[in-house]
Amino acid sequence: MSSLMKLVQTETRLFVRDPTSLIVGLVLPTLILVGLGAVPMLREPSPDMDGIRFIDYFMPSLIVMSVGVVGLTNLPSIMATYRERGILRRMRTTPMHPGNLLLAQLTVNLGAALAATVLVVATGRIVYGVPLPEHALGFTAAFILGIAAVFSIGMLVAALAPTTRAATGIASMLFMAVMFFGGVYLPRFMLPDAIARIGEYVPPGVQTLLDSWNGEAPAAAQLLAMGATAVVAGVLAARMFKWE
Amino acid sequence: MAFIEVEDLVKHYGSERAVDGVSFTVDEGEIFGILGPNGAGKTTTVECLEGLRTRDSGRVSVTGLDPERDGAELKQVLGIQLQESRLPDRLRVGEALDLYASFYKRPADTDRLIESLGLGGKRKTPFAKLSGGQQQRLSIALALVGNPRIAVLDELTTGLDPQARRDTWDLIEQVRDSGVTIILVTHFMDEAERLCDRLAVIDSGKVVALDTPAGLTARAGDEQRVRFRPSAPFADALLLDLPEVAEVTRTGPQMVVTGRGNLLQAVTSVLARNHIVAADLRVEQVSLEDAFVALTGKPLDN
Repeated sequence: MSSLMKLVQTETRLFVRDPTSLIVGLVLPTLILVGLGAVPMLREPSPDMDGIRFIDYFMPSLIVMSVGVVGLTNLPSIMATYRERGILRRMRTTPMHPGNLLLAQLTVNLGAALAATVLVVATGRIVYGVPLPEHALGFTAAFILGIAAVFSIGMLVAALAPTTRAATGIASMLFMAVMFFGGVYLPRFMLPDAIARIGEYVPPGVQTLLDSWNGEAPAAAQLLAMGATAVVAGVLAARMFKWE
Repeated sequence: MAFIEVEDLVKHYGSERAVDGVSFTVDEGEIFGILGPNGAGKTTTVECLEGLRTRDSGRVSVTGLDPERDGAELKQVLGIQLQESRLPDRLRVGEALDLYASFYKRPADTDRLIESLGLGGKRKTPFAKLSGGQQQRLSIALALVGNPRIAVLDELTTGLDPQARRDTWDLIEQVRDSGVTIILVTHFMDEAERLCDRLAVIDSGKVVALDTPAGLTARAGDEQRVRFRPSAPFADALLLDLPEVAEVTRTGPQMVVTGRGNLLQAVTSVLARNHIVAADLRVEQVSLEDAFVALTGKPLDN
C-alpha cells in the first residue's frame, strides 16, 4: 500500500474512533431531519410556501449543515491540533511531506461530508418521500463547488489560527454564520429579504442547491461566487499554512 | 571526510545569534553529546543538521549529504526524535509504527522494533493511554523505524521518572551497539556522562569545549574534597603541613579538606598515626557538573 493510502486509512480510523466527529459529522443532519419529520404539520403542504412541504423545502439547508459541520468544525480543529501537538513537525523529519497528511485529512473529511449528505438525502427519500434533486447536473455542480468553498475556508482557518483554541473559535463563528445564512436556524422564507439575498452567495450556496433541487439551473453568478471563494481561500491557505 | 561535519555554523533569529560559529565532527558509531543550558543553541544546531532549519552560513555534511540540498535523501538515513512531539490520542502503537514504516524505502521490522523497545504488550494501546515513559519509547521507535544510520535524540529523558530514565539509557546503548550513530542533545550532566563518547559543550551559541566526558572533567582540575567527622579534636596545621592539602575548613563537627593528588591516603594516614578516627568519611571528585561551571561560569540547571 502506498504511504498516502496508508495515511488516508489511518486518518479514517481516527475519524471513526472519535465519537464526536462520528455523531456530529455523520448523523446529526439526519437526526434533525427525523426530528422534524416527526411533526405532522411539517409533512403537510404549507400555504406559506406555495404549497410545498416544509420537509422538502428544508432539505438543502440540511445539506448545508452536513458540509458545514465537517468542513468548518472538524477539519480546521484537527489540522490545528496536529500542528500544536507537533505531529506535522514529526512528519517533516520523515521522507513523507506533511502536505500528504493534509491531503489525507481533506480526503477523509470530504468522504464524511459526502456520506452525511447521502445519508440525509436517502433518509428523506425513503422515509418521508422527499424527491431527489431534479436538475442532477446543476445539483452536482452546486454541491461540488459549495463543498470546495466551505473546505477552503476551513483550511484557511487552519492555516491562520495560531492555536487549536483559536481555530475552533473562529471556525465555530463561521459555522454559525454559514448555518444562519443557509437557513438552518430560521427557514429562509422567515429571514429578511436582504439577508436571504446575501445568503445566496454565502458558501456552500443554499440557493444553488435549492434551485437545482427544484429542477432549475442554478444561477451562474452564485456558482461563480462559490468557485471564486474556493480558489481564493484555497490558494491563501496553501501559501500561508505553517507546519509548526 | 568525517561521518558528520559541522563547520562554522551560524543561525540568527532576528538580530539574535542563536548559533554563532559552531564546529564539530562526529565519527561513525559513536554517541556524540551536545550539552548546554536551555536556550544555548543546541536544538537549533541539530535542526540545521537535520534540514529542518536553513542555516545562515557555514558548512554541514551528514554522511556526505548537505541537509538543505539533499534533504529527501538524508531523511531516508536520519532518524529524529523531537523534543515534545506527540501523536493523535486514539492512534495505537502498532498503527503508528506501521504508518511511519510506510514512509521509508527500507523500513525496520516493526514487530522486532516493538519488542526490543518493550512495547510488545502495548501494540493495541492508544497513544493517550501510554505512560510518559512508554510514549517516549514509542517516539524513539518512530525515530528508528526507517532503519537510520544516524539517530538524533533531543531531550530524551526530560519528564521521565528515574527508573524510566535508566531504562531509556540502556536502550540507547543497545541502539548504538546495533551500529547506529547517535547525536544526543541534553541538558542533563548525568546522562551525558553515562552515555556519551564525546561531548560538545555549547553555551550562548558557541562551542566552549569538545572532549570526552573524562577529558572535560580533567580540564576542570583534579581537585578533590574529603569530608569527615574526627573522633578527637586536632589542629588544622596537622593536615595543612601535608603537600597534598590546600585548604581545611570546619563546619560544626564536620571537616572539609580540599587538595590534589593522593589526598585521601595522605589525610587518612596522618589521622591514623594520631589515633583519630574519621567518621562518615566521604571523597568528592570533580564532576562533569563542576567542569561545566568551570567552562561556562554558570551552573547547568538554571
